Amino acid sequence: MSQTAVKPATRPEEIEIAGERAVCDQSGVLYFPELDLLVVSDLHLEKGAAYARRGSFVPPYDTAATLLRLQAVVAHYDPKMVISLGDSFHDGRGSADMPDVFRHRLTALMAGRDWFWVAGNHDPDAPEGLPGETVRELAIGNLVFRHEPSRVAMPGEIAGHLHPCARIVQRGRSVRRRCFASDGSRLIMPAFGSYTGSLNVLDRAYAGLFSRDAFMAYLLGTRRIYAIAGSMLRPG
Amino acid sequence: MTQQARLAPENAAAFLPEPFLDWFTERGWSPRAHQIELLARAQAGKSVLLIAPTGAGKTLAGFLPSLTDLAVRPKRKPGEAHRGIHTLYISPLKALAVDIERNLGKPVGEMGLPISMETRTGDTPMHKRQRQKLAPPDILLTTPEQLALLISTADAERFFCDLRYVVLDELHSLVTSKRGHLLSLGLARLRRFVPGLQTIGLSATVAEPDELRRWLVPQNPPGGLSELITVAGGAKPDISILDSRERVPWAGHMARYAIPEIYDAVREHRTTLLFVNTRSQAEMLFQELWRVNDDSLPIALHHGSLDVGQRRKVEKAMEAGSLSAIVATSTLDLGIDWGDVDLVVHVGAPKGASRLAQRIGRSNHRMDEPSKALLIPANRFEVLECRAALEANYLGAQDTPPLLAGALDVLAQHVLGSACGAPFDTDELYGEIISAAPYAGVDRQTFDRVVDFVATGGYALRSYERYAKIRLTKDGKWRISHPRFAQQYRLNVGTIIEQPMLNVRYVRQGRGASSRGGAPLGKIEEYFLETMTPGDTFLFAGRTLRFEGIRENEAYVSNATGVDAKVPIYAGGKFPLSTYLADQVRGLLADPDQWKKLPEQVSDWLRLQQEKSVLPRRKDLLIETFPRANRFYMVAYAFEGRLAHQTLGMLLTRRLERAGAHPTGFVATEYSLAVWGLEDMGAMFRRRKPSLAELFDEDMLGDDLDAWLAESWLLKRTFRNCALISGLIEKRHPGQEKSGRQVTVSADLIYDVLRSHEPDHILLQATRADAAAGLLDVSRLADMLSRIKGRIMHKDLERISPLAVPVMMEIGKEAVAGDANEMLLSEAADDLIEEAMGGA
Repeated sequence: MSQTAVKPATRPEEIEIAGERAVCDQSGVLYFPELDLLVVSDLHLEKGAAYARRGSFVPPYDTAATLLRLQAVVAHYDPKMVISLGDSFHDGRGSADMPDVFRHRLTALMAGRDWFWVAGNHDPDAPEGLPGETVRELAIGNLVFRHEPSRVAMPGEIAGHLHPCARIVQRGRSVRRRCFASDGSRLIMPAFGSYTGSLNVLDRAYAGLFSRDAFMAYLLGTRRIYAIAGSMLRPG
Repeated sequence: MTQQARLAPENAAAFLPEPFLDWFTERGWSPRAHQIELLARAQAGKSVLLIAPTGAGKTLAGFLPSLTDLAVRPKRKPGEAHRGIHTLYISPLKALAVDIERNLGKPVGEMGLPISMETRTGDTPMHKRQRQKLAPPDILLTTPEQLALLISTADAERFFCDLRYVVLDELHSLVTSKRGHLLSLGLARLRRFVPGLQTIGLSATVAEPDELRRWLVPQNPPGGLSELITVAGGAKPDISILDSRERVPWAGHMARYAIPEIYDAVREHRTTLLFVNTRSQAEMLFQELWRVNDDSLPIALHHGSLDVGQRRKVEKAMEAGSLSAIVATSTLDLGIDWGDVDLVVHVGAPKGASRLAQRIGRSNHRMDEPSKALLIPANRFEVLECRAALEANYLGAQDTPPLLAGALDVLAQHVLGSACGAPFDTDELYGEIISAAPYAGVDRQTFDRVVDFVATGGYALRSYERYAKIRLTKDGKWRISHPRFAQQYRLNVGTIIEQPMLNVRYVRQGRGASSRGGAPLGKIEEYFLETMTPGDTFLFAGRTLRFEGIRENEAYVSNATGVDAKVPIYAGGKFPLSTYLADQVRGLLADPDQWKKLPEQVSDWLRLQQEKSVLPRRKDLLIETFPRANRFYMVAYAFEGRLAHQTLGMLLTRRLERAGAHPTGFVATEYSLAVWGLEDMGAMFRRRKPSLAELFDEDMLGDDLDAWLAESWLLKRTFRNCALISGLIEKRHPGQEKSGRQVTVSADLIYDVLRSHEPDHILLQATRADAAAGLLDVSRLADMLSRIKGRIMHKDLERISPLAVPVMMEIGKEAVAGDANEMLLSEAADDLIEEAMGGA
């Protein structure tokens, strides 16, 4: 299987999706150098506030933390175009109720870039009081961007929604990390939000999405991406 | 202050009503002195602590004040309202409540007393609970969690208005945990309902009885003590240490070498109780005994992870006297009666003198006959520990751990529970909670922060005001803002957080996780099952099992008889070696005159150590350094238990890294710590770069500890528990049960965000306090560092010393210490590269 696992690449985090060169960043964003395009998925902004409305007072700093990380990575790549791939806000009230300080920060981040909000299941409508263009999906060259992955073979599709993570067992210890999931033809983005949970790539929810032989998980480490073949991963 | 029971049984008539005197006389019995003594003090309006060994008639003593009072109480007239509860009995175990109902029901029935008695536990059906509310029994037998639920309802005050006594069983065990904290707050509430309430605590022998005496009475103003009645131990137990024909191993915890000798002991006795420290030891011992069980003796297995049905079967067989031996972990530690046991075998380290005494007390419930016990050390250091424990037992030395200050996460839970019952005033509630001994030291500011935490999360960024769970209303009282918060509280009450567990089901081989059903065998921690691959074999429920797979919250296994278990289950024992025993072991090492009490192979080992290196003086810390196979080692013989050693190992490696020693790993045992690295640490210490005094300076508990703690998974796990207990995240939400994993993930994420944005948040404070006391044993480490100041002996050696062998044998057996996840990921990724290169 190893022959078909991944095309030899100069750096492990550089991959190809439907022939388009992309960089998996350890922060959890995907960058296409030729297109100067940065993709981020499942920000789930204002998730803490959504929990608080139900009486679970998780710390109200998740939006600040998520934006801080996003600012850093946007500053690093300084892309012409940004796609937020759905579930940018945890619920419908998120964008309207968001404190102004965060709204200003987000607006500053968007300034001078083409910014697309792809609609997600948590935020089907356009965010309130923010610039950017809201779309159901977006096609660029060979690539198509949508929130929920299609259930049929879809070369060039970049999706989010599932919050992939992968687990390995090494020397009797289990390590679980968020990851990019790809077979070279399509890709599912890890969730970027500070409070987002994750779902193992071997779960039934991923069944039929990838070609099993070519499947790879790109696990987010603190300083680098760890590319690990599907055959080495564990469920759970 | 200790007062021995001094009233003679002749005085019984003065305190016991007629039916009781007749009942004793008819049976040819007389009440014991301490029973009458306790009755007399209770009748004088006092709260009492009774410390007595097993078999002293403690239960009857505890209930006599209630029974006698109820026996003479005028009958309820027709049409008169139901009376409230008269006596509340609280025990740590559901099983114990059921046991008491049965045991107490007998005398009550025989005397024809008009007393109703009922249990109320998590298993009590809803209709029975509702009836209990309308027509309360005279005596209610229950658990700390049920008390918390009862006081959080609107009619609590009425329900408890007739309460006279609270009987607290196994108090020594209740007070050491967060359950005890919750219970102490519940008691404080009951005292507010009924100011003259009397408590009766029943306890095994403890090191500091005054701590329990304070616990039983209000501490506002501080300093109050309950009465104390101490019953001297019965006959001294007859304890021996196995003097094995075999070679006692250098390291390990399983004592496989002694199996034939243990089997012989079982054969020579009617009923043997075999105690071990961990579940894995229980599984192994059970398996090995059956391997040599040529006589097919009925030997059974009992531990807390087994299916309840299995456990009940074993308990029944034990009661019926049809077992010759039972292998058990601490699930059987507490007061359930096992009358006919004539030998207790303790396999592995006793860990503490009091702990050993309590376990031996299991055998032979007739306190006037000596109990018989056999200690089986699993390795050479354990021989020393067993020797020290045995001597402590003859001296009656006690080393139960000191009580901890009340946890703030538990206080938060109680504050919400209070609001669920009735609106509260903060001044009143503060006065109430500081009357509970564990919370006597809580200052007002901390209390107000806890209330703020309950109301809106207590964050500096006050963004959740509009969602508050409790609100200050115009009358100056805090009120719950929506009834659903009360419902959530009731579902999440309690302080017992279990490791995420999976049900284990037995299926036919090869069916894998695709099959459904299968007989339940019990539960195993998720983290253990996650490390397995289908086909791996392991020991559980007394069998060798083959792992088939996981589906949702069930793990499927099949029979693997005839195969050796490949994967050991090992979770280290929870209890560290007590400070007292550690000191005794150091004393034994330092004094060659005492070695004649040890088996020859062990004293030879110590003599060899003297010859090749040195043995530390009792108060000193010995450090050995030596090279071995391209690495340099440092072994510290600190004798402070594995938890404290692990913390020390983490801190030392940070310091050695800064000093340029390039440490690459460490391993900790109960007795010592080995650190290894690429530079010659012996030479570095000789040049005093750094000196050992600098390396072991107490200041390591400052910045180094903080820096390490912040990143440690230990703290994350502790935070998760605090977040669950305090109600920040829910164990259970109405209509849905979160799986353990989802909770773990979000608790970790919350921790990271909170730590970077509000590091002094009250829940992080509670977490650090918890971790320092529990998983890290920081206070013990601090005591040691101050003890060894100026008393460090360094021995620079050419090669490994005899004393170093045990810890060196642990290297490689333990999982990678610390937070090595990145390294493991990189190994896994590199494996792939290697595979890819080889396959190309």
